[in-house]
Amino acid sequence: MTADVVLDVAAGTFLVAGAFLSLVAGVGIVRFPDLLARMHAGTKLQVLGLLLLLLALGLRLRSWGVAGLLLLVIAFQMLTAPVAAHMVARAGYRTGKVQAESLEFDELTDDTERHDGEAPLDSPDAPPPNTGN
Amino acid sequence: MIFAVILGAAMLACAAVLALVRAEKGPSMLDRTVAFDVFTTILVSGVALEAAWSRRTDTLVLLVVLSLVGFVGSVTISRFAAIEPEEAARVRTREEVEAELAAERAAQEAAVEAEQARREAMRAEARDSARAAEEQAEGGSEALVPGDAAARAAGGVGTEERAETEEHAELAGEGAESRAEPEEER
Repeated sequence: MTADVVLDVAAGTFLVAGAFLSLVAGVGIVRFPDLLARMHAGTKLQVLGLLLLLLALGLRLRSWGVAGLLLLVIAFQMLTAPVAAHMVARAGYRTGKVQAESLEFDELTDDTERHDGEAPLDSPDAPPPNTGN
Repeated sequence: MIFAVILGAAMLACAAVLALVRAEKGPSMLDRTVAFDVFTTILVSGVALEAAWSRRTDTLVLLVVLSLVGFVGSVTISRFAAIEPEEAARVRTREEVEAELAAERAAQEAAVEAEQARREAMRAEARDSARAAEEQAEGGSEALVPGDAAARAAGGVGTEERAETEEHAELAGEGAESRAEPEEER
């Protein structure tokens, strides 16, 4: 059993694992009931699934230049996936796609309500600023 | 290796179909965005799988580009996401679209007809009033009181016109003065 065979078997295992995660993401995105749950399913593929697949690709190609490029892809994905997920969730919260009763903790609604209870600084209800005379 | 690749390709294909199902069902723009994100990632995975099978390195650039495109797409869509009515979340059938277009066309035709009727009414009114004025002018010389009224009306119009011309003259005078000043300086 040479090193080539070992690396190929490892690459094949990672390939199947990554593809399985993408299948899981596909099933989750169809079956889950609301937006946040679907986002949760989608992120499994975006980070771990792609990581496994690119690891398999690196094991197959076995060159450092390729490894650098694959690291770049993974770095991009890990930087952009949270940002995209945050944007989608924020837009979903603001357009009423998130049902409050489906959440265990809803700190954002609590925070906004507490903030709306206080008078903003530039509102007419706020005390006038001290002018010093 | 071949078994792993075939198995992986089959699973990726299933996942892609499922993502497309979610993109079709919606129900909101953001669900479609998430489905689009997943589909892009499956595309990246497919390219990676093919590169791993044939040991090629020229498609690796596609991985970088595709992962960036997915990010830009989903961020843009969610940036412009708005509150959408329930009805807009569904893809309409062909019959519904046709019924809607027919209703729109009927509304347009009705508007055009109403506009035509309005114009005709205006034209008829103008014709009637012109005829009434003619009749009044003809009868005015015979009757005394209407003639007096007509003369007063004519006088009123005359004074108004005179006032207007005086105003114009004043304005013109001011204009001339303001125009004259720089000439003096020069």
